[in-house]
Amino acid sequence: MTLGMAHSTGFAPASAGDGQPETDASLIYFSSASGYTRRFVEKLGIRAAQLPLHTSQPTLLALRPYVLLLPTYGGTAASPGAAARGAVPKQVIKFLNHEGNRSLIRGVIGAGNTNFGDSYCLAADIIAVKCQVPVLYRFELMGTSEDVAKVNEGLEKFWTHQSQKPA
Amino acid sequence: MTEKLKLIDGVEAINWNRIQDEKDVEVWNRLVNNFWLPEKVPLSNDVQSWATLTPDEQQLTMRVFTGLTLLDTMQATIGAVSLIPDALTPHEEAVYTNIAFMESVHAKSYSSIFSTLASTKEIDEAFRWSTENPHLQKKARIITDYYRGDDPLKRKVASTLLESFLFYSGFYLPMYWSSRAKLTNTADLVRLIIRDEAVHGYYIGYKYQRGLETIPEERRQELKDYTYELLFELYENEVQYTHDLYDGVGLAEDVKKFLHYNANKALMNLGYEAMFPSTLTDVNPAILSALSPNADENHDFFSGSGSSYVIGKAVNTEDDDWDF
Repeated sequence: MTLGMAHSTGFAPASAGDGQPETDASLIYFSSASGYTRRFVEKLGIRAAQLPLHTSQPTLLALRPYVLLLPTYGGTAASPGAAARGAVPKQVIKFLNHEGNRSLIRGVIGAGNTNFGDSYCLAADIIAVKCQVPVLYRFELMGTSEDVAKVNEGLEKFWTHQSQKPA
Repeated sequence: MTEKLKLIDGVEAINWNRIQDEKDVEVWNRLVNNFWLPEKVPLSNDVQSWATLTPDEQQLTMRVFTGLTLLDTMQATIGAVSLIPDALTPHEEAVYTNIAFMESVHAKSYSSIFSTLASTKEIDEAFRWSTENPHLQKKARIITDYYRGDDPLKRKVASTLLESFLFYSGFYLPMYWSSRAKLTNTADLVRLIIRDEAVHGYYIGYKYQRGLETIPEERRQELKDYTYELLFELYENEVQYTHDLYDGVGLAEDVKKFLHYNANKALMNLGYEAMFPSTLTDVNPAILSALSPNADENHDFFSGSGSSYVIGKAVNTEDDDWDF
């Protein structure tokens, strides 16, 4: 996997076809306007692509296998234990509704806050089940330095292992 | 104490169809979705469990909850209200009124717990303790001084530290009881409060960071230094408060780890890096899982053995815009 190039967007030039920007980054993430998840990704210092903030914008097209990182904001269940509504951001749903994107996802990392109880990193769990990939890691808010080290190390091992798997 | 509350200078009719900051709408919706009342929680199911606590444990519990009541009262009647004149958008003002009201609900819910579990005499004694404990009074004084001060950004720092740090010496105890299958309905109610405080801390911290974007770098550095200093001042007081409360039951050291863990999260809510190293934030796993059943890190591929990882099965989503 390509390391270095701190938080460049990883956008390749837009494809000629449908005007959707393509990315060959191995980490794709969503971060809201508050930017905590983006700041975590910046601390990782690896090439990553950010999903558009608004659903009105064209979503990304993944060109290679990737790990998806996304936050859960909590407060989406009407009562404790009730079904979660809207835990997965619409922008991420739009991205995963694209079958090509869905076929290239290999794992999920969740950001959240344990204060949200059952809903802690719920969006990552939902995607893991729907796409049948593992939740690789969970961290809170913008992550501690230990979280950064664990994710960097974990991702490197994960991709090494993936590349050794028969195609 | 005769000063008049500062009010906003002018009022325009709030137009929710013209939004300057989408976070205002998002957080308003989340707060409304999270709305709850203590009457919905079957607290009376805890009466039998309460009787199994020793007199010391009962007294500790009463004191912890009066301490929390004081903080919620402050936040409702002074804290959230004091943020209104500094709001950048009319929708931000509306969110603060929602926060203020919910803090009143929190404060009242502790009284519901008291009236369910304890006698009038015990309740009065606990409230007297809360007015006499120097450390509890000191933390209230430190925060209210900033609320009365004239720096809008410092007010937000103080408010975020209250929401995201100062409550946790108290929140520890119902999580502890819950982990031992005691006072579980009370714990359910407190979890609702904990969830609300997380949204409040997140939002006020977010608005603080928006405010930082509008000021010169030099002043940003000054506010950062101020934040760490204030946190440290509150932390030292919090440690003494923790010893006052928990030494009798031998839990003070465990509570302090929970304080460190939450101090880090309070800093992150303000956009700053965590201060306490992981060796000081290793909260008792039973407390963490009482807080969130998903917090167990063995669920994670990177942390666990990997091979034992099993992809989950049933997740109930009601979203209708998935195409698969």
